[in-house]
Amino acid sequence: MSRVLNHELIFNICPDRYVDLPTYCCHGGYTALKKVLEQAPETAIKEIEEAGLRGRGGAAFPTANKIKMVRSNPSDLRYIICNADEGEPGTFKDRFIMTHIPFQLLEGITIAAFLAGAGHGYIYIRHEYPEAQRIMRESIIEAQKSGLLGSNIMGSSYNFTLELFSGAGSYLCGEETALISSIEGKKGRPRLKPPYPTEAGLWNKPTLINNVETLSNIPKIIQNGAKWYRSLGTQDSPGTKLISLSGDVNRRGLYEVPFGISFNQIINKYGEGTKPGRAIKAVNIGGASGVLIPPDLLDTPLEYLACAKTGITIGSGAVFVLDDTRSILANVHNRLRFFLHESCGKCTPCREGLRQTNIIMDRLLSRKAVKTDIDTLTRYTRAIQDASFCGLGQAAGNSLHSSLMYYAEEYLAACQDNQLSHNKEVTA
Amino acid sequence: MNSIKEIIRQYGGNTGLLLQIILAVQDAAPLNYLSEEAVNEIASEMNISRSRVYSTASFYSEVSLKPRGSHVIRVCSNAPCENAQKALILTSIEKELGIIAGQTTPDRLFTLECVNCLGACYMSPAIKIDETIYGNLTPDSAVSIIRRLRKEHQNEQSA
Repeated sequence: MSRVLNHELIFNICPDRYVDLPTYCCHGGYTALKKVLEQAPETAIKEIEEAGLRGRGGAAFPTANKIKMVRSNPSDLRYIICNADEGEPGTFKDRFIMTHIPFQLLEGITIAAFLAGAGHGYIYIRHEYPEAQRIMRESIIEAQKSGLLGSNIMGSSYNFTLELFSGAGSYLCGEETALISSIEGKKGRPRLKPPYPTEAGLWNKPTLINNVETLSNIPKIIQNGAKWYRSLGTQDSPGTKLISLSGDVNRRGLYEVPFGISFNQIINKYGEGTKPGRAIKAVNIGGASGVLIPPDLLDTPLEYLACAKTGITIGSGAVFVLDDTRSILANVHNRLRFFLHESCGKCTPCREGLRQTNIIMDRLLSRKAVKTDIDTLTRYTRAIQDASFCGLGQAAGNSLHSSLMYYAEEYLAACQDNQLSHNKEVTA
Repeated sequence: MNSIKEIIRQYGGNTGLLLQIILAVQDAAPLNYLSEEAVNEIASEMNISRSRVYSTASFYSEVSLKPRGSHVIRVCSNAPCENAQKALILTSIEKELGIIAGQTTPDRLFTLECVNCLGACYMSPAIKIDETIYGNLTPDSAVSIIRRLRKEHQNEQSA
């Protein structure tokens, strides 16, 4: 079962069930939008800036800056896209927001659209989430009927229309330029940046793209103020983060935690630790594109700066625990297979590099590899990381690199020549 | 059932909505896939090349260019599900259906596919059948879901 604890920000109304529009409004829903529509957009942008909100999709870019960039670009049309293409393995937070508290997301989208000066928007939901698509579709219609979307929103002069767009099973479409290509009816392949979408996005118009969780934070910031928001979390990372906890823990689920809490606390307090008699071997943080860290790094606080220092990428907030029965190699191989499948094939380093690394991983797992294969593997993944066109290839080797750093002995033990020399030593 | 023409009209013939049109045509197709005839019709109705339609359709894993069964079973292959013994679930389903992943049963009732991440890692191992996600599966519970669907289908046929 999944459950949500410490629900200050996102799930502060009814964490366990769907919150309909009347219930949402009873708890202060849409007061933020009303407030924003009545004041100069700069005031609300400043509030978001002072709150220190950063993108929750993985890149952690300051949200207010992005809004300002779109707003300041002279154009007859501007767009907003809510990125709900949550495909990062180990992550299921956006799905919960959409199925539990859709109106908070809709309010956040509408506020952000108003602030950015966008009159039309899309919510791009992955095909694998039919329930989220249904709920969001119905919620959009309800919001339109209630004057919260469409023409003259809440009696103001602001007009904003929102459409749902379904993905079709491509992890890469979570990347903003690939997502734009997909909405434009093309293959979901990334394009070169700059120009960034804030300058030339959908149909070449300035476009604001934000993750579901980021947008859902906005109404609460406006409603309660930047000072209140900063009272949650830490100086470096204000607010809360949704953590998708899975793997070898007693209570898997989605937890809203304040920044600053350690990974150990997340696993032990919320996840209630590992199964009796089992110890943690490694924890994967940030999903398939994240890193594998050993237990002695679990005291690191969940904080952008502290994590960057230790080489941890918070990413979308996935925490996947592996106990001491698990094979590091098998897990890394799973991730590399995933990236090979999801690579769009546009650039050679990613397309061919991942194919070759998977071949070496196959050899390692079938105990047919030799020690030099590990060097080749390291070299190839470095090349993929350095030369790939987009974030998919650049991040594909993260789990491999981190596992080579912390679990090199497992790779060596899987090599044929290592076994031979080991056997010789034993017999000598 | 919506004809392809009607579907395109619903979307205003907008080439920007090509992916949505492809998905809608696939949903309306009896064999759950985008046939060559459908590709041709979309291309001529929208006045775009067939290669443009194929290019978009073939990129996305949820679009099938070969006939599928009435129910599409998707087994999640990602790390959390793999660690939660996804292999056992897959084998039990393959045995029950007499096919392997990527194939369709001869009666065209089921298609079995492996997919990347269903966003249900908190209830791994998970599978998705059509629009529904089933989690915390055991080989037995997975098989019983399939038997139930088969029985429902037989009841519909005899009714």
